[in-house]
Amino acid sequence: MKQQLIVSGIGGQGVLFLTRVIAQTAVNREMPVLTAETHGMAQRGGTVLSTIKVGAFASPLIRTGQADVGLVLWEANLPVHRPLLQADGQLLVNADQAGEGQRIDASGIARELGSAVLANLVLLGLAIRQQALFCSAEECETAIRQLAPVKFVELNLAAFRKGLHT
Amino acid sequence: MTEKDTQLLMGNEAIGQGLIEAGCQVAAAYPGTPSTEILQAVIDRAGLALEPLHIEWSVNEKIAFEVALAASYTGKRAAAVMKQVGLNVAADPFMRTAYLGVKGGMLTIVADDPGPHSSQNEQDTRLFCLQARVPVLDPASPAEAKDLVPVGFDLSEKYEVNVVLRPTTRICHSRQNVARRQPQRLERVADFQKDPTRWAATPAFLPALHRKLNQHLASIASEPDLQPQLTPGDGSHPRLAMVASGIVYSHLVDLLEELGLSGCCDLYKVIMPYPMNPDFSHQLLTAYDRVLVLEETYPVIELQLAHPGTIGKQSGAVPREGELTPDIIHQVLASFLDLSPPAVLPTERRGQRPSLCPGCPHRAAFYNIKACFPKGIFPSDIGCYTLGMNLGAVNTVHCMGACISQGVGFYHAYAQDGEVPPIVVTIGDSTFFHAGIPALINAVVQQARIIIVILDNATTAMTGGQPVPHMGIAAGGKQTRAVAIEPLVKASGVDFLEVCDPYDQEHFKALLRQADTYTRRPDGGVAVLISRHGCIMDRTVRSGQPSFKISIDERCVGCRKCVEAFECPALSMDPVSGKAVVNQDRCIGCGVCIPVCPVEAIGEEGSA
Repeated sequence: MKQQLIVSGIGGQGVLFLTRVIAQTAVNREMPVLTAETHGMAQRGGTVLSTIKVGAFASPLIRTGQADVGLVLWEANLPVHRPLLQADGQLLVNADQAGEGQRIDASGIARELGSAVLANLVLLGLAIRQQALFCSAEECETAIRQLAPVKFVELNLAAFRKGLHT
Repeated sequence: MTEKDTQLLMGNEAIGQGLIEAGCQVAAAYPGTPSTEILQAVIDRAGLALEPLHIEWSVNEKIAFEVALAASYTGKRAAAVMKQVGLNVAADPFMRTAYLGVKGGMLTIVADDPGPHSSQNEQDTRLFCLQARVPVLDPASPAEAKDLVPVGFDLSEKYEVNVVLRPTTRICHSRQNVARRQPQRLERVADFQKDPTRWAATPAFLPALHRKLNQHLASIASEPDLQPQLTPGDGSHPRLAMVASGIVYSHLVDLLEELGLSGCCDLYKVIMPYPMNPDFSHQLLTAYDRVLVLEETYPVIELQLAHPGTIGKQSGAVPREGELTPDIIHQVLASFLDLSPPAVLPTERRGQRPSLCPGCPHRAAFYNIKACFPKGIFPSDIGCYTLGMNLGAVNTVHCMGACISQGVGFYHAYAQDGEVPPIVVTIGDSTFFHAGIPALINAVVQQARIIIVILDNATTAMTGGQPVPHMGIAAGGKQTRAVAIEPLVKASGVDFLEVCDPYDQEHFKALLRQADTYTRRPDGGVAVLISRHGCIMDRTVRSGQPSFKISIDERCVGCRKCVEAFECPALSMDPVSGKAVVNQDRCIGCGVCIPVCPVEAIGEEGSA
């Protein structure tokens, strides 16, 4: 099994956390995984991109048109990162308006839960519901429990489940 | 911990874990993207070390290097960690160390930034090592970066030389399953063997040391475990070879696999780009007509191979600048192997630019500096506050600490002609300690009439909040003596020194005007204003200040001042109404924008 994913957003949206949750599910399965992340100045509200490659890969980067799945937390990034996705790749977008890909108002749902930053896990929930990822809902929950700070575990799981069932 | 277990680790964390496992006892660094998380990983894992471990965030890279160096003189293992331009700061001791050597294993970990993603250039540390005559290892994955830590220490101890480990951004900030092992117990006792002909070598002793270095380099180049590793081809492309190092090798492996071309021709992976074995060059010369060389960022392997059939940066076949992404390698490979050319890439778009955070105290400072001195010259420096560019309040950004000296240069160049515009330098607190103090003394001695605003947010913010000397906290949260900024400024001969919270905008502006008056007085000189407010990324800062529910009412005339001149990312223009709106997800309610609005449309919700 091989899968190539991108996670697109802006600094402060929890792109790195979402990347780690997905990669951790692969580690828990004892599958090889590679990620590449954006750190540094771009994290101050600029466009950030993570790539995740699960399976027998050597490099963490994804060529244009090769990603199987795109998780887009910031809709305005679509023109920037859409070209990385395969023509028939699965695209999941956090947006409150209609448009390309499977969409969910993840920020709106997250706001109702108390913090817009939870949109990352709402979108992950949608991706699992659409069966877009290599991993299962249970595996994601395990990874969230492993990686979230203890006092935020339940809130993170609630966000994930909102995306999974909304 | 079990004998061996696997974790998802970032390359930088893997290197930090490797330092602990290898029995490193002194680790010193100055933060800088993409290297920062290496020392943080050592701090986080200090409890795993079996022997005493001193970890420090040094005041700059030169100091970090020298601290680690002397620890190595005692026979213990030591590491200095920095980003590529940090090596420029540490260049002086680094160059001499090549001749004098080390005792205990000394690893200098220098993270390069091809692209560049977060740096002022994309210089190649491997070329620096060629010039310095220092062996350098170039890992191709996070896991390999960790594996090369003990290899580097062993090599360092075998030849008593400093060894460089050079990860790049895509190693540093990539995660991978990485196996952890038990830390080593080396049982070394500090034992500095005095040898003035070496540790204090005068010119009389240097030719012999230089000769010994050259002999060592010849032996190191032949070290069997560090030779280029061949994956033989299937014979379908005889007399063609590919040579790659670092993460570019990994991009190439994936690309060949995806194109069904794995094993199409002989492929060499270079682990040690300097010194290269002359036998390898000779072998390539005799066995192949054309050799594709892929490496980041400068043609270091290419220069040493000197193969007339090289397809690389010098021939122009491989781009000479920027990151070698898989897409670019695809184009290069298609040309080398006569494949059908890949589809034309969509024009690269940059996406949303970064901004100072909502509530960032630097925004308040920059906005008012620009408001007071619309025609000023604004030298600035390296850090989050570089983003003051977005407010038009940063005109130059060069290298750590350059802003103060550049302010002096601007002053004297203008003063020669008569009228001098206001010159307002901005420098962060960490940058001030790193390289600002000698520059401040120089500014005073050279009688420059400039305003220096020290943007003191009590942390090294850009790299994620490492401690700064005036907070009295050392690596890992350990308490230490605080070294305050004010007495340093005073002792540098500055007579105008004021401190102000930039959120107090009227007071801040008044002090800026006083400072300007002072610089123009007959007995005036350098004026320093410390702009003091904690970094808003620090939760305790945010919870310790009042928060207002900000709204914009119908008085808004759509003048865009709040989104352009003030440039808060929590404010934007509604394309339908043409009026400014607040993004409540991002607004932290600092209220600094309230007086910015010329028609008083921005206010605290509920208040008239």
